This record gives sequence, structure tokens and C-alpha cells, in this order.
Amino acid sequence: MLDYIWLVPTFPLIGVTINGLLGKRLPKKLVGLVACGALGLSFLVSVIIFFTLLHLPPEQRYLEKVLYTWISSGAFRAEAGFQLDPLSAVMILVVSGVGFFIHIYSIGYMHGDKGYARYFAYLNLFAFFMLLLVLANNFLFLFVGWEGVGLCSYLLIGFWYERKSAADAGKKAFVVNRIGDFGFALGIMLIFSTFGTIDYSEVFQAAPEKFSPGALIITAITLLLFVGATGKSAQLPLYTWLPDAMEGPTPVSALIHAATMVTAGVYMVARCHVLYLLAPISLTVVATVGALTAIFSASIGLAQNDIKRILAYSTISQLGYMFLGCGVGAFSAGIFHLMTHAFFKALLFLGAGSVIHALAGEQDLRKMGGLRRNLPITFPTFLVATLAIAGLPGFSGFFSKDEILWEAFSSPHGHFIYWLIGIVTAGMTSFYMFRLVFLAFFGSSRIETDRTHHIHESPPSMTMPLIILALLSIIGGYAGVPHVLGGANRFHSFLSPVFSGHHGGGDVVDPSASTEIVIMTMSVLVAVGGFLLAHRMYIKRPEVPAILADKARWLYQLIFNKYYVDEIYDFLFVNSIKNGANRLWQLFDVRVVDGSVNGIANLAGQGSSLLSQLQSGYVKSYAASILIGAALIIGYYVLR
Amino acid sequence: MINLSLLTPEIIVLITALIVLILDLLPWRGRKVLLATVGVLGTVGALLITMGQWDLREEAFYGMVAIDNFSVYFKALFLIICTLTILLSINYITRGGIDLGEYYSLVLLATFGYMFMASGTDLITIFLALEILSLAVYILAGFMRHSPKSNESAFKYFLLGAFSSAFLLYGIANIYGVVGNTNLKDIAQYLSQEAALKNPLFLAGMGLLLVGFGFKVAIVPFHMWTPDVYEGSPTTVTAFMAVGTKAASFAAFLRVFFYTLEPLKGQWVPVLWLLAAVTIIFGNTVAIYQKNIKRMLAYSAIAHAGYILVAMVAGNDLGSSSILYYLLVYSLMNLGAFGVVIIVEKKEEENLTISDYRGLAYKHPMLSAAMSLFLLSLAGIPPTGGFVGKFYIFSAAVSGGYVGLAIIGVLGSAIALYYYLRIIVYMYMYDPEKEFLDGPVPFFSAAALVITAIGTILLGITPARILELAHYSISYLGH
Repeated sequence: MLDYIWLVPTFPLIGVTINGLLGKRLPKKLVGLVACGALGLSFLVSVIIFFTLLHLPPEQRYLEKVLYTWISSGAFRAEAGFQLDPLSAVMILVVSGVGFFIHIYSIGYMHGDKGYARYFAYLNLFAFFMLLLVLANNFLFLFVGWEGVGLCSYLLIGFWYERKSAADAGKKAFVVNRIGDFGFALGIMLIFSTFGTIDYSEVFQAAPEKFSPGALIITAITLLLFVGATGKSAQLPLYTWLPDAMEGPTPVSALIHAATMVTAGVYMVARCHVLYLLAPISLTVVATVGALTAIFSASIGLAQNDIKRILAYSTISQLGYMFLGCGVGAFSAGIFHLMTHAFFKALLFLGAGSVIHALAGEQDLRKMGGLRRNLPITFPTFLVATLAIAGLPGFSGFFSKDEILWEAFSSPHGHFIYWLIGIVTAGMTSFYMFRLVFLAFFGSSRIETDRTHHIHESPPSMTMPLIILALLSIIGGYAGVPHVLGGANRFHSFLSPVFSGHHGGGDVVDPSASTEIVIMTMSVLVAVGGFLLAHRMYIKRPEVPAILADKARWLYQLIFNKYYVDEIYDFLFVNSIKNGANRLWQLFDVRVVDGSVNGIANLAGQGSSLLSQLQSGYVKSYAASILIGAALIIGYYVLR
Repeated sequence: MINLSLLTPEIIVLITALIVLILDLLPWRGRKVLLATVGVLGTVGALLITMGQWDLREEAFYGMVAIDNFSVYFKALFLIICTLTILLSINYITRGGIDLGEYYSLVLLATFGYMFMASGTDLITIFLALEILSLAVYILAGFMRHSPKSNESAFKYFLLGAFSSAFLLYGIANIYGVVGNTNLKDIAQYLSQEAALKNPLFLAGMGLLLVGFGFKVAIVPFHMWTPDVYEGSPTTVTAFMAVGTKAASFAAFLRVFFYTLEPLKGQWVPVLWLLAAVTIIFGNTVAIYQKNIKRMLAYSAIAHAGYILVAMVAGNDLGSSSILYYLLVYSLMNLGAFGVVIIVEKKEEENLTISDYRGLAYKHPMLSAAMSLFLLSLAGIPPTGGFVGKFYIFSAAVSGGYVGLAIIGVLGSAIALYYYLRIIVYMYMYDPEKEFLDGPVPFFSAAALVITAIGTILLGITPARILELAHYSISYLGH
């Protein structure tokens, strides 16, 4: 069965082909059926493969399947091949599973859109590239997926391209990601020049043999790769594109900008854990960037009013957690959080989408309120997701976030400061998420009157995925119950063949179990604290936020305006590059490049017209041309 | 040994041609599609049998014909070309009022000639094959018999073709005079003597062969017929000869020069070097100036012959495999590009200038996308087969030590980018001013486009397999 791994990305590709070529002519029902069916089949195969893997002994859970040699040029060889191991198995499950539910949700959400077929073709194309990314067996193939998902993200952010803000957001995502990808590509080239191969298995085998920990070249490689990750996974300083990416349709935000694509960076770091463990400096950078991003963007989330933007900043913050986990060497904890986050964050976005759908496009929290009665399915599922992300015990986020916090505290790569940042962030997360819930679903309605008559619960195609994801948001965490709570942390032991020999987190029953309990209790307290604070500020005394905002005016303004980072970037980079480029264009392009190109073009054009005149149309001159050619050749041979 | 059974594919093609002629006499109105169907069935059947001959390595007709991997590769290519041409023709010849049964019959007969160009191992066989295919194509070129341009093109092609055949025949006579035989094996045997390599009569014969083949593959300065003939012929015939005749002539050219005249490499490589350089520069430069898309593609075809010469000059392992690879890619992408021209063309020469393509993308996005794909492939942009082919050819030239020629080739491709992209610019960056087609895209033409497009992309992303086949085809030439 494992040999059929290639089927997983093939189904979405077939979907793209059908909907891309014929979508406009097919009835809408069929378009949706093809797209969802394609991903559903992928999901089915992924599930079968997952269980087949489970039945194998742990050390045999590995398969490399080379489809064909893709490029072969001198010493450089690249294969189009797949690698299946527990890590990629988890990833394809998440991508095809969550992707499948979001596809179904999209049928309802995009119902009236004129770009229906185009939307599903893009979405399937995204799934194809994402599956390629996580299944690749070498860095170049990974890069193909990496760029492919970037392309789809760009296309889908700018899906409503008639809207200037959407087109601009797409462009911004594209440009910012180019910066990261530049570093990423450099990293891959450095890998090839160092190891002479870009194959995962060869690189990861050679690295520990050839280099001792701390080797400069490995540090350089890992840092360059991480630059790519900061772009794709929206970390400091390249996170600014993600909030703007919310211009795309909401299911896209759920699939690409929350559950899957943005986690590609985390996956990549985990995949390259062998290299990162050889580069302690890089690990520190990863953990620090992760921790800082987590707290930084969580703080921005405290004061936003757009429902999707809050979730966007929350995504950046949660991605920061995952990098924090990887950075302290707890790769399986990072992947665990990646999975649970995919469940609850996709659910949050889809729930938000359902709210926006009900309110005919309203996204401003200040114009919501009291929706819990109108949306009997959206509300409870959204609440479940909120409890999960806030980390309340029993929900999936609790287990995964807590594992990261514990590792940040206790791992040899960890530090007390990381834990402190993490737990403060956890408090903020709990606060802003409950603030969102209270403002949207509780209190009195602040909905504009012309929208009130429109309010309705979404159709079953949208609510069904909500319910399923809500279930996953609860039970997803029980795959990794820590030992200290009497669990077996099956998630971790499943991944252990991949991260074997390295500290993956939670594998040993820590002697200081009591410390772990204390740490755990503190995170629960912080989560509850966030909830209580939000409850007090937005339910009991709704006048407090305004007073607070007024008292600490500058702080509120600073956070509300997202620390003015966009403005600073505009001033420092965008404008100065624009100006510099403009000057360069006038100096260099117009005079040197255009001058020489136009010169050559003129020359070629003149030569072209001159030579064309040889073409007289007379057979005799054509025959003469042959004759002269023949005479020259024969003359060369005979007279020499 | 005659071994007639080895020639089954050729015989099938011949019989199909005759059946088509006979079926055309049926007094039944729907017979035109039937003729095309029979033609396609015949070629596909021949293709399957040909593929079964892989690795057979036999001879027939007392060593006049070889069934080796080289001929199998080429024969398969010709049969694919023939099938695609028939698919593209069905609607076109009806629109053009030339839907006579002879049309398919002549296409099949020309293909019959192509096949012997690849398998002939005697200069006489090769000459006969050349004449068979030429006669068929002369008639096809003038098939639009009410169009003065078509007549002019057929007549010019016939006059110059006869003229160049004389050179080829004179070359064969010279070689026969020296060797006393026309069989390639015997000629090779003769050349194994040291003294033979300096015989001026033989060398003159070789030069004359070069002229004869040079005319058929259209390299400068033997190319001047190409633009006029390509422009005047029915577009389906233009596509067929731009691809088929060129590939077939290259097949014979390669067998004679790569196998038999290999010991004289030192003599023909410098000449081919110069011809390649001139052809690439000339073809690409003059193409810029063209306003008629068929003429532009004619000059583009000249330039592409130049690239193949580069690989012949390089002569190393990669170079020789890349020739076969490139001819396959070239056939697919050119048939595709001509296919779009065929679909867009209207009666009375309408829609044939490049500016006629303005705004095509807004009316027919799929057609424009396909055209862009073929043009990008012709220009050598990844991830298309055209890129991989050029990449192999130029890297073969560099590793063979012909850096200068590789640079000329790359510069030529850079110029080419201009005239290929210009069509894309017209399709996408101008507003449409008219309706292009009278109805939907005809089914069979669309099918041909889909096949060529898929082939062009597949060759771009999975080149290794075909390159391997090409390698096995050419490296055992004559063994």
C-alpha cells in the first residue's frame, strides 16, 4: 500500500486538470464534487497509509519512492521522489484531512461567486503543491512545492483581483516571500556545494559524520533555510504579509494562512532537525525569533477590531510557539502543536467565515454582538476552538502548547526566559480570544440595522466541517497526553523514528514530575486569568476598555497601529528601494541597458530588413544561392 | 535476404494510402471523415508494430534497409507526425475546399518516404526515399489549386527540389565512382583505409551530399525556398513538411554523416560549424522582420535546423542523443504552433499576419495558452521540452569544446525570444477587434493540440527517459 503514496498528490492534480480546463463549462455541483472528491480520495489514501505505517514495526516505517530522475547534469542529480515516514504521514493527514473539510465548507461559502471553478482549481492546485512539499525526498523537490504553494497563496489572496486591496495584498505576500525564498534558495545551493547532493537521506546521513556541532557551514545553511521559514511562516521580521493576506476568501485563510502553508516553515525545520541540532546558534535563533514573534503578534492581537485580523495575528503568534518548540529541540512538540493548531485555527477561521457570511460581509467586531442565539452551530464550535487555543485543560491546545512550554523550560536548549515569554503570550492569547468571543457572540447586538434581517445560520455544507473540526479540536490533543498526566504520548512515540536519537520532548518520564505539574498548573491559571479579565472587561463592565484606551492613549495607539511596523518598513525599505530603483533605472537602465538593448535591437532590425531583401521571390536567385553555397563547399574540399 | 515481413509498418502505410484512394470513390457523403479515420488507424497500427521492432537490429533487402533502433525511433516519430497532421487537416481541408481523398493518400505516401529515409542504408535507397517523399509533398504544396500562391509555392519547391536532387545524385555518383558501391557499409569499409581519407573526388562527393541534405533540412544558404513555400502551401502541409520532411532529411543526413562518413569528421565538422553559425544568425535575424506568421515560423524552422547542426558539430555522446531528442520536441512544439495557426486561419488568407492575433487571449483563452506554451518552448523557456533540448545541445557543444558556437546559439535564441514573445504580446496585451473563429474549436484539431501540448510539457519535466531512448537509438548506429 505504501507504494501508492504517489496517489496522494495525484488526485488533486487530476482535480486541477478537470476544473482548470473544463470548469467553466461544468455545472457548479460537479465542480465542487470533483474538487472535494479529489481531496477526499487523497485523504482516504493518507488514512490507509497512516494505518499501514502503524502496523509496521517503528524502524520499518520509512519508504523512499523515486518516480524518475528529474534533472541530471554533471554531478548534479535531482530526483522526483517521495519520502514517507511518520513525519510526512502526519503532514499529509493534516493537509488532506483539514483540506478536505475546508473544501466542503467552500462549496457553501463560495456558492454565489462567479469565479467558482477558478477558486476550486486554485485550491486543488494548492493541495497538490502542499502535498508535494511534505512528501518530497530532496531539497529541490521541496523547493518546487514551496514555490508552488507560494504561487497559489498569491493567486488566492488576490482572488478578488478587482478589489485593489486584494491585489495589493497578493503582491505584498509575493514580494515578502521572495525575500525569504532568496535565503532559502541560497541555503539549498549551499547544501549542494557542501554535500554534493540534495537528497534528504544522504545529506542527513553525511552531516553528523562530516561536521561536528557548531560547524560554521552548517550554521550558515540552517540560518539561510530559516530565513525562508520566516517568510513562509510569517515570523519576525517578515510577518507583515499575513495580516494583509486576509483579503482572500475566508476558507483560503483557514487552509493556507492558518492550517497548512504557513506551517511549511515549521515542517522544514523539523525535517532538517539533524542539521539544526548541529548548529546550536541556529537553534537559539529559531527559538528566540519564535518566542519574540509569539509575544509580539499576540500583543497586537489585543487591540484589533477586525475578526479575521485578530485570527491572523493569533496565527503568527501560534507559529511562533511552534518555532519555539523546534528551537528548544522539541521537534515533535512543535509538530504536535502544528497539528492541533491546524484543527482549532481552521475551525476559528471557518467559524469567523460563518459569522461574516451571516452578516453579509461584516468583519468589524464593533458591529457584532449577541450572535450566539442566531448562530446555534457556529457559536458552540467557535467556543470549542477558543477553549482549545486558550489552552484550557481537556482541549487539544492545552496538551500541545503545554508540551512546548514545558520543553522551553526544561530542555537542555531551553531557558527560563523562553518559558516566561511563552506563558505571558498564553495569557494574552486567552484574553484576546475571549474578547473576540464576547464581542461577537455575547452582549447586546451592535449590528447595523440593514444587516439584521439577513442573519442566518450557514448551510449544512458549512456547518458540518465546523462540527467535525470541533470534535478534532477536542480529541486531537489526546494523541499526545504527557506521561505526567498518565498518558503515553503516542504522538511523540509515533514520530520518534524520525527524531530518534535526539531529544524530541516528553520521551523520558522526567524525575521532576512535580515541576512539570507546577508548570502546567501555571499555564492553566494564566489561561483562566485571560478569560476572567476578558469577561470582566467586555461582559461585566463594557465601559472599561474605552477608559483604559483613553488613559494609556499612546500605548493603545501603538498596539492598535501594529507598532507602526508597516509604516517603518515602508519608510526604510519600500520607499527607499523605490527611490533607489528609480534613480538606478534612470541612470543604468535607460542609458546603459536600454541604450545597448535598443542599439542591438535596431541593429538586428536593420540587419533583418537588409537580409530580407535577399529574399527576392525569384527562383533564379534562390538557385544561385544554392549554387554559390555548393561552389564554396566543393571549392573548400577540392582546392585546399 | 529480402525479409519483407520486417517492412510491415511501411507496407501498412502504403496499403492504407491505397485504401484511402479507393474508399474515396464511394458515393457516400460522410466518407471524408472515414478517410481520415482509416488514415489514422493505419498509421497508429504501423506505429504499434514499429514500436515492437525496438532492439530488433535486422536488415532487409540485402542490406539496403536496416531495422535498427535508429530507424525505429525515427519511424515512430514520423508516424506520430503523420497522425497529428491528419487530425489537424480534417477540418482545415473542408474549410479550404480541398477535401479530396488524394490529400490523405499523399500525406501517407510522403510518410512512407520518410520511413525509408530513416531506414535506408544504401545511398540509392535514401535517394529513392527522398524522391518519393518529395513528389508527394510537391503535390501537397500546390493542393490549394485555385490559390496562385499555392501554385507558386509548389512550382518553386519542385524546381529547386529537382535542382538540389541533382546535387545529391551527383554526390552519390562521385562516391560510387571512387568506392564502386553505394552501400553505406561498403563505403565505411572503404574509408577504413588511411589513403582514402584524402581522395578529392570522394570529398567533393561528400560536399555535394551536404548540399543535397542541406537543401532538404533548410540550412543557409540552401534555405531560400523555405519562406515562399511555407507561406504559399496549405498550412497543414506547411506544418507537415516543416516537421516531417526536416526530421526525415535529418535522419538520412545523420546516418550518412555520423556512421558512414564518421572517419572524415575532421573534414565536415568545420563546414558544418560555419553553416550552423550562419543558419542560426540568419534565421533568427530575418524572422524578426516577418509580418506573416507562416513566414516567421519558416525562418524559425531554419534557425532550429541550425541548433541541430550545433549538436552534430559537438558530436559527443550527449550531442548525438540530443539531436534525436530535439527533433522530437521540435516536431511536437512546431506542430502545436502550426496547429493554432491552422485553427485561427480563415479562408482567403485571413488571420495570417502576426497583428491578426491581437486580443486572441480574450476570445479564446485556452487556444492562446496553448500557443504561448508552444512559442515559449520554441524560444527555449523552462519548463518546456524546448528548454531541455536547447540545454542539452548547448551543453554538449560546450563540453565538446565548441564554446564559440554555443555562444552564437545562445545569442540566436535570445534574438528569437523577441519574435516569439511578440505574438504572445499581441495575444494578451491588446483588445480583440473581431471574432476569430466561425464556430467552436474543431474537435480533432483540439485533440491534436492537447497531445502536442502534453508532449511539450512532459518532455520538459521528465526528459531523462526519452534522452535515454535517443541515446540507445543513435549510439549503436550501424552495429
